[in-house]
Amino acid sequence: MNFQRINALTKKELKKTFREPAVLFMIFLFPIVFVLTFGIAFGGLGSTQPVYDIGVINLDSANSSGSAQMFIDALSNITLLHVNVYSDNQTAQNDLEQGKVQAVIIIPATFSQSLSSYYASPNNPKCWMNTTLLLYLDRGSIVATQVISPIVKKVLTSFLNQQAAPSPVNVQIASLIETRQLSAFEFMAPGMFTFASIFLIMMIAQSFTQDRENGMLKRIRTTPITSTEFMTSQIIAYMLIALIQAILVFAAIHLIGFKPQISIPAYLIAFTLVILFSLSNVGFGLITATVSRTSSAATGISFLFVLPQLFLGTFVGTSLSSAAQDACKFVPSYYVTDALTSIFLRKASIGSPAILLDFAITTISSIAVLAVGIILFKKYLKT
Amino acid sequence: MQINAYPEIVMENVIKKFDDINAVDNVSLRIARGEMFGLLGPNGAGKTTIVNILCGLIKPTSGFVTVGGYSLPKNLEDLKRIIGVCLQETTVYPYLNCEENIELFGGLHAMKKDLFEIRKRLLLTKLGLYNVSRKKVEKYSGGMKRRLSLILALIHDPQIIFLDEPTIGMDPQSRRSVWDFIKELKNENKTIFLTTHYMEEAETLCDRVGIVDFGKLIAVDTPKNLILKNGVNNLEEVFIKLAGRRIRDGV
Ligand SMILES: Nc1ncnc2c1ncn2[C@@H]1O[C@H](COP(=O)(O)OP(=O)(O)OP(=O)(O)O)[C@@H](O)[C@H]1O
Ligand SMILES: [Mg+2]
Repeated sequence: MNFQRINALTKKELKKTFREPAVLFMIFLFPIVFVLTFGIAFGGLGSTQPVYDIGVINLDSANSSGSAQMFIDALSNITLLHVNVYSDNQTAQNDLEQGKVQAVIIIPATFSQSLSSYYASPNNPKCWMNTTLLLYLDRGSIVATQVISPIVKKVLTSFLNQQAAPSPVNVQIASLIETRQLSAFEFMAPGMFTFASIFLIMMIAQSFTQDRENGMLKRIRTTPITSTEFMTSQIIAYMLIALIQAILVFAAIHLIGFKPQISIPAYLIAFTLVILFSLSNVGFGLITATVSRTSSAATGISFLFVLPQLFLGTFVGTSLSSAAQDACKFVPSYYVTDALTSIFLRKASIGSPAILLDFAITTISSIAVLAVGIILFKKYLKT
Repeated sequence: MQINAYPEIVMENVIKKFDDINAVDNVSLRIARGEMFGLLGPNGAGKTTIVNILCGLIKPTSGFVTVGGYSLPKNLEDLKRIIGVCLQETTVYPYLNCEENIELFGGLHAMKKDLFEIRKRLLLTKLGLYNVSRKKVEKYSGGMKRRLSLILALIHDPQIIFLDEPTIGMDPQSRRSVWDFIKELKNENKTIFLTTHYMEEAETLCDRVGIVDFGKLIAVDTPKNLILKNGVNNLEEVFIKLAGRRIRDGV
């Protein structure tokens, strides 16, 4: 193995990818456009005026001053909010869990008293009677978690006719209630990574058949590079491309609002999975290139590997029949998507058996597919 | 020029069959170190097939081949270190610029950085690409790509050089300068095996020429001897006399 030769060829492959507009589009732009389009369609982003349903429980309704009611009216006046008044906490919490409201605000019984104490001596915090406005948020709606709390705080501030803190009423986010309701987009997010990577099969098959058609492969074969060095350089190049691709997809998903709160090791595992998966795509690409006579044939034949992986192993497969779900077990992408779902959505710990199993299957299947691809293509190189 | 000196290229009874045709039909040939040998022949005669066999790209159906002392296909890896090949089809990467193409091939030959820089500069200057070396090859004319293709073949300063129609598609000026350049290589005692359809140049430059037709080597000698033996005025007449007037390709 000569590192200089591998390096030279790896560089060339990367330059090719970054300089050919068609390749650049297919590998990088297409997944990003796809994620953004899906995000806008299913993620609750992009509708010009989203409206959040919030529930309010007024524990201060007995007070004659009506301050609490005025605060509720102030909230109702915000066009972004649709206020539902609940009489008991249980119903409100149930609706929150089912996603009918995105937040529940509990106005404490001491709300009016606290306000009165504030109005009596606005400049002397020592005389205030402090109280707490409890805010429960739907964690499943990520946009809501980030939007509602600031809105409530703002309404409160202007309601108190006050420029800035301190304030007698502090808003406390009670607890992030985990609800079952994930947005369609979040549900799809893990599959987006696999989705993007699958198209490497097509790019690799095309790249190799093109080089063969225009005689470049033959030209390379007149130099001392060995087939092992050749293969190594291609694998390194496409692993790097897969990594860049995964980072871009991640950035796009992040932009849409999917921000999984997971540990650094969990991220590392997730990216390692995607990189491992790219190896199997290199393998499938090589297999396709070996059996295809022309680059256009390669495009067609690559779909034999692309489509099953797409439909059975990414977000596309989330609503499949049970028979189809059995078929999923035969495509590598399924295990990657499953592991990513466990990590990102189910918040499973990275040492959990489910993730370890997916990881093992992904590793073994990727190496096996890659090995077959290399053996076939090496034979091909020699003839 | 001593023809019987140490033979750098040896072919003995080499046959290459493609399906039912014999592209190379029992060819035996010895080429000495430092010799410049020109292979002539009508289209489809088998010239490229012979070059491909000698540089290890295809295996002969039968026969014995050694190049630079290495027997093929056993010592393929060693062979590739000492040969430089310019294929008939122009093969350069369009999405790289000229220098990047050269860097790739320098890398593939694992060249030392300073030697590489010297060779690159020298070859770019000699083949008239120095001022356009940063240009994307996509934007090169056919003749420029052809000259770049030559640089790629020679960047690592190989001892044995295979040039399959090196001046194909070039204007008379470039052709002349490329032939001058090849002459310089010969003066450096390189062994050069080339194919061409330009009889005049073959006549003045090659130590010996071989004429191949239907895969058979029908004549091998110095241009002078061939002209004398056939009682004609120049190599082109020898060629027409031996290989006939009929269009051969696709027959
Ligand atoms: N890969 C191949 N498969 C089948 N036949 C081939 C193949 N390569 C060459 N041939 C045939 O072998 C014969 C010799 O071809 P070759 O390319 O060696 O000719 P050539 O002398 O180089 O011709 P030209 O001057 O046109 O380049 C031709 O009949 C050609 O059709
Ligand atoms: Mg030819």
